[in-house]
Amino acid sequence: MDLYRLTLHELRDLIRRGEVSPVEAVRSYLARIDALDARVQAFNCVTGEAALRAAERYQARQVVREALPPLAGIPIAIKDVICTRGVTTTCSSRILEHFVPPYNATVMDRLHAAGAVLLGKTSMDEFAMGSSTENSAFKKTRNPWNLECVPGGSSGGSAAAVAADMCAGALGTDTGGSIRQPGGFCGIAALKPTYGRVSRYGLVAFASSLDQIGPLAKDLRDAAILLGAIAGHDPKDSTSADLPVPDYEAALGGGLRGVKIGIPAEYFVAGMDPEVEAAVREAIATMEGLGAIRVPVRLPHTQYAIATYYLVATAEASSNLGRYDGVKYGYRTEKSEHLIDMYMKTRGEGFGPEVKRRIMLGTYALSAGYYDAYYLKALKVRTLIRQDFTEAFQRCDVIVTPTSPTPAFRFGEKVDDPLQMYLADVFTISANLAGVPGISVNCGFTTAGLPVGLQIIGKPFDECAILNAAHAYEQATPWRTRRPDL
Amino acid sequence: MAKITRAEVEHVARLARLALSEDEKERMTAQLDAILGYMDTLNVLDTTKVEPTTTVIPMVTVLREDRVQPCLEREEALANAPDREDVFFRVPRIIEDWRETDRERDSDGDRDSPVGNS
Repeated sequence: MDLYRLTLHELRDLIRRGEVSPVEAVRSYLARIDALDARVQAFNCVTGEAALRAAERYQARQVVREALPPLAGIPIAIKDVICTRGVTTTCSSRILEHFVPPYNATVMDRLHAAGAVLLGKTSMDEFAMGSSTENSAFKKTRNPWNLECVPGGSSGGSAAAVAADMCAGALGTDTGGSIRQPGGFCGIAALKPTYGRVSRYGLVAFASSLDQIGPLAKDLRDAAILLGAIAGHDPKDSTSADLPVPDYEAALGGGLRGVKIGIPAEYFVAGMDPEVEAAVREAIATMEGLGAIRVPVRLPHTQYAIATYYLVATAEASSNLGRYDGVKYGYRTEKSEHLIDMYMKTRGEGFGPEVKRRIMLGTYALSAGYYDAYYLKALKVRTLIRQDFTEAFQRCDVIVTPTSPTPAFRFGEKVDDPLQMYLADVFTISANLAGVPGISVNCGFTTAGLPVGLQIIGKPFDECAILNAAHAYEQATPWRTRRPDL
Repeated sequence: MAKITRAEVEHVARLARLALSEDEKERMTAQLDAILGYMDTLNVLDTTKVEPTTTVIPMVTVLREDRVQPCLEREEALANAPDREDVFFRVPRIIEDWRETDRERDSDGDRDSPVGNS
């Protein structure tokens, strides 16, 4: 049996019953990475030795029938923006190329406590800024469904690793769609939780009022299990919500009968790929066939979301990235005359083009004379976008839209036109501005064989509703059984 | 009309402590101009009566007892430093830097007279 083919929950159940050992599971995935990653390029680093040692410890306990933690021996991949003690955390940036964190992010501690085993750190757009993973300083991560296409971004490495069965599940981060958009491009289940649901302690900050960590998974049950393992209050992140964590896996299976699905006209616009639109409309019909009630809703400020986002996110980024000064950690320029010169050269040499562009845009929007016209204006429009969702959710339980207006695009197609790249996030950004949770689930393929993502957005802290709705759809359709031909 | 000039790009780059090559300044001016032009779409909205949203969660001041807790060992905290001396992070001279900055600013001043506390 090819263990790497199994879902996380299937592997978990086999290990729990003692039918598969943690070492076998880890070896299977490491062999898969060995065979494929030279082509897919999903990993920035693979921690094979440490993974095997951890698996051996669980195996020793399994042999003597000792009780194991729920995810004992489950091999997972972590986006390279989440701090892992003793394992390089580069953010796919030259400026952090050799950074070895002295501590773990809270999500990492929680996954370790649940028994999961770290396989490696995954590729991404530098500092999570991008929608194609082309902004990595190190490598070109490919879409497993078509190696000439991007995997999406910024969590492109995590999405590609899951889609290519190079891990049982992965974590990514989502500031404007960076979990859901690559999830959609790679045909997997990908969840951005409500802002505050998961601790951000140890996540290298991009835009602190928008960033959220979440799972990229082979199916919805796996996504529910991973969310349950990482969610909850953390005293080290005062923005993490002090609310009970429901049993997300137990919440699956409720079906769609009587569930009101809101369809916003603003998400079905001219310029959308016709095959994407057809697949999404068919998915909505399938959900209706399962008993869901279709309700038209309005999100009238959708067209302002991208401008709002790229002002808010870059302003926060310009402040957050001020810490890379070449003093305490990270790259420092070889030659500098004095301190300010050292800062400027370090940052000029250490950051890539998109990161520089966003620092510049954010600094400009916050600078004297422009603050009110750009930054404050964007904060006010953010209020309007948030109110759209509050009002829409008075009429429906979940909102259903495409994840992206197009399937995965080819390398280089948008890289020279930053504005075109920003527009790729048009359907995912609003959920971050409003702080609400969203899922991408595969809803079919284009004639060229590329996956299409269906997005399901929920009320704040109602991850159960979107997991359940997406799971009901997933179980009623054949898409999850198809795998890329690698 | 251009939203942003090359001189403004240079000014913002100094504020952001970002050294840009001549080529980068050129590209950045054109790209930021296009992006800022797009941002103008927000101006059709009347937001005079709208409160800004800085965060989607209720902000409360989080307090804890003032108790000593475990923290990073000094060696761990220094381990990633690009340059160090003994138990310190080492950086280029700062006093000299002040002198340089003042000289640049004061174009009429006597360039040979010391300005910093030397």
